[in-house]
Amino acid sequence: MQGTDQEEVLKHLLRIISGGGSLELEGVTFSAEELSISLSDLSAIRAVTGEVPVPAVTEGIELLEWQPPRRTYPGKIGEVVLGSTRGDGGSRVKSVTIGGATTPAFHLFEGSEPHPPVVAGSVFDMVPPLPGPVKSSFGDAVEDPCAWAKAWVDRYGADLIDLDLISTDPYIKDTPVKRAVNLVEDLLQTVDVPLIIGGSGNPEKDAKLLPKVAEVCAGERILLSSATMDMWEPVAKAAQQYNHVALAWSPIDINQAKELNRKLLGYLPMDQIVMDPTSAALGYGLEYSFSVMERIRLAGLMGDRDLQCPQASGTANSWGAREAWKRDDYLGPREYRGPLWEATGALAFLLAGVDLFIMVHPGAARTVEDIVGWLVDGRNLPTFPEFIGVGK
Amino acid sequence: MPKKKLGPMNLYPLLPKTNCGECGPKTCMGFAVQLTERNLGIDQCPPIADPKYQVQLSRIRELLAPPVREVVIGTGPRKVRVGGELVMRRHELRYFNQTAIATLVSDDMLPDQVQAKVKETEAFRYPYIGSTLTLDAIAVRSVTGDPASFRNTVKTVREATELPLILWSFDPRVIAAGLEAAAGHRPLIYAANVENWQEMAGLARDAGCPLALFVPDDIRTIRSLAASVRAAGVEDLLLDVGCGFSESLPSTINDLTEIRTAAVNEGDSLLGYPIIGSPATLWEKRNSESDETIRWMESCLASMMVIRYVDLLMVRDASMWSILPLVVLRANLFNDPRKPVSVEPGLRTFGNPDPDRSPVLITSNFALTYYTVLADIEKLDCYLMVADTEGLSVDSAVAGRKLNAQKVADIILSTGIEGLARHRTLIIPGLAARLKGDIEDATGWDVMVGPRDSAGIPAFLKEKWEGKDHTPGWSYR
Repeated sequence: MQGTDQEEVLKHLLRIISGGGSLELEGVTFSAEELSISLSDLSAIRAVTGEVPVPAVTEGIELLEWQPPRRTYPGKIGEVVLGSTRGDGGSRVKSVTIGGATTPAFHLFEGSEPHPPVVAGSVFDMVPPLPGPVKSSFGDAVEDPCAWAKAWVDRYGADLIDLDLISTDPYIKDTPVKRAVNLVEDLLQTVDVPLIIGGSGNPEKDAKLLPKVAEVCAGERILLSSATMDMWEPVAKAAQQYNHVALAWSPIDINQAKELNRKLLGYLPMDQIVMDPTSAALGYGLEYSFSVMERIRLAGLMGDRDLQCPQASGTANSWGAREAWKRDDYLGPREYRGPLWEATGALAFLLAGVDLFIMVHPGAARTVEDIVGWLVDGRNLPTFPEFIGVGK
Repeated sequence: MPKKKLGPMNLYPLLPKTNCGECGPKTCMGFAVQLTERNLGIDQCPPIADPKYQVQLSRIRELLAPPVREVVIGTGPRKVRVGGELVMRRHELRYFNQTAIATLVSDDMLPDQVQAKVKETEAFRYPYIGSTLTLDAIAVRSVTGDPASFRNTVKTVREATELPLILWSFDPRVIAAGLEAAAGHRPLIYAANVENWQEMAGLARDAGCPLALFVPDDIRTIRSLAASVRAAGVEDLLLDVGCGFSESLPSTINDLTEIRTAAVNEGDSLLGYPIIGSPATLWEKRNSESDETIRWMESCLASMMVIRYVDLLMVRDASMWSILPLVVLRANLFNDPRKPVSVEPGLRTFGNPDPDRSPVLITSNFALTYYTVLADIEKLDCYLMVADTEGLSVDSAVAGRKLNAQKVADIILSTGIEGLARHRTLIIPGLAARLKGDIEDATGWDVMVGPRDSAGIPAFLKEKWEGKDHTPGWSYR
């Protein structure tokens, strides 16, 4: 596809997600009100009705008393602040708080979620094998991680940026720690949102890299990604020393997640740990991730201290599914199918209890943000007894 | 009244205690365990059919009745079962009847348009780990309000497909016309509301058809309506409390969750019915949005509804790009979590491999990874080593150190592959690229990094393997 076509598709896609043709991407900023008006026009559809208006009378029905189900949970998910503003010794323009839930995800009848889940836009320190629809969303910016991050923030309004230093892997490019850390410093100058900085996943290299990253980010309260069962101590110590947050990664295994948290809790307080129980792709084991996330959230609410950390999802894994990126006429245009694949995975994890999404496609990210926004607006609705009332 | 969790000791005292083993398990206690886990049904116990156990049998049926009633729509091989769920969350046992998905035709469409739409729905097929994902039903909606056109459209659909039907109108005269055209096929009537319910209940009772109740955003009223309709003699009900995006989304998610919570956790039988929802209604309030806009929204809403307990969904079209994520999500969530995630590690042989020319591949023993790879290579002549990654996919296994050089060295030894493939060259998944050096050091084999997705294996072999000399000494070693 040529550059201009790609732009067209992307524009169209964002138009899709924002509900109509009212949104222009480049050189135009749009206000939140404009956006929410067009969105609600699109979709404020209560139900069927076309033919018959919702009736005012309930003929011949005896209205029965009903006690709605209510449950309280002894535990509470911890709150974690990411990013530190100037007033707090950092240089971020804002900080983001996640967690704090007192109910299963979006059990709105049992209580509200104090902090809506958020989305971080993902960038890499080298051009990884990116699916076409992702590449075309950023164009040449993918060649330069700072430009890529800037596009996320300026064009797509990302609340956080995740930079993964994958090229540091000795089996990829073996980029020296010093050079990787320089890039992190550049990124701190380029964008002013809270940051997630990840290593390559190579335990030996990460053990050297992540403490240095923590050092240059001192005071910024980044999310340091990630601590694993065989490489957690350097991350825990670095987070402790420089007051960052550690991301605890476990491979779809609630017991390992618990064990790792317990180790980290030896160094760090609850408000410096976020857990990532692994997000398998839609169609490739999503249900295992979904159930582990649900179980973690419930266990935390039932009072298991070791599972009360907020959860993060590397939703970008969705693109591992060939259905997301493959060109295939039978499956329809991948420019829509791919980002919808990522969004669908995220929605499943959202309803399982994830607090922080790390995503690669801006359209998918936007969908999650809109849906979270709508769900959260429910808090401003009349309190529960009235809104299920008969007179409605 | 909160419902107590059913255990084998609730059932065992009621069984014949013959320990005859005719059901499969050797003892009645073993059978009781299988009953509570829903692996076996009470019909698999021949002795209990004896009239002297009549009281016990009916008590067992009562105990085994799921908190969400199972309702059958349609007849014959394509009929669908909806509801019948036992738990709120799949990890508590499993979900049983996967959410049925219907597409929509309306009575203002021409017969050939209707036929084309039905055909498109039937043609929606996607092969997925050993099964085929399909759509389940056709909803026929009255938009003209004219009973005759509705009857004709239902007839056209009936002649075009064996799929179960949903008859969609709030006008009892229209529904009556549709029921004539679908006589004997047990369509779902959609829907009774607080105004028309007496006539609708009469139609459903007389035709022996399931009936959906529609009361938007009002659980107390729909619950009361369920009681009235049940008293009027209709037992097979579905509940619709409406759905929508934007400011309707909180009440959509809330109502669905609350209904299922009341049914499963509180044993509220008036809410213990399958839930039906129609994201297709998003198309109605359309302003100037493109088709793609609405499809995108419809798919997202439908996916959230599948996660939040909806048993039957109506979408407008069988649009592949927007409905595929939904049906795959459905397949995932309804997958039995008790099924093992892993396959047996070891060596698999495909075709007739040659010791000098046939490639040796390696993958994880995560079932989904394994079956995906299997589908891509089973027509080739090759060896596949399945490493014990403890049921993790390749990328998770590499990240979690469940797939490492030592594991590969061990499997090379344990499978005896060195005696089968003289070339001593191993092709590893692209997602395990970073293990290349370590594996070469640990095994003395050459390692080639294959594609990141196994779909690319045949092309990879064509380009990088075939016609190349793989006899020992070929490489720098």
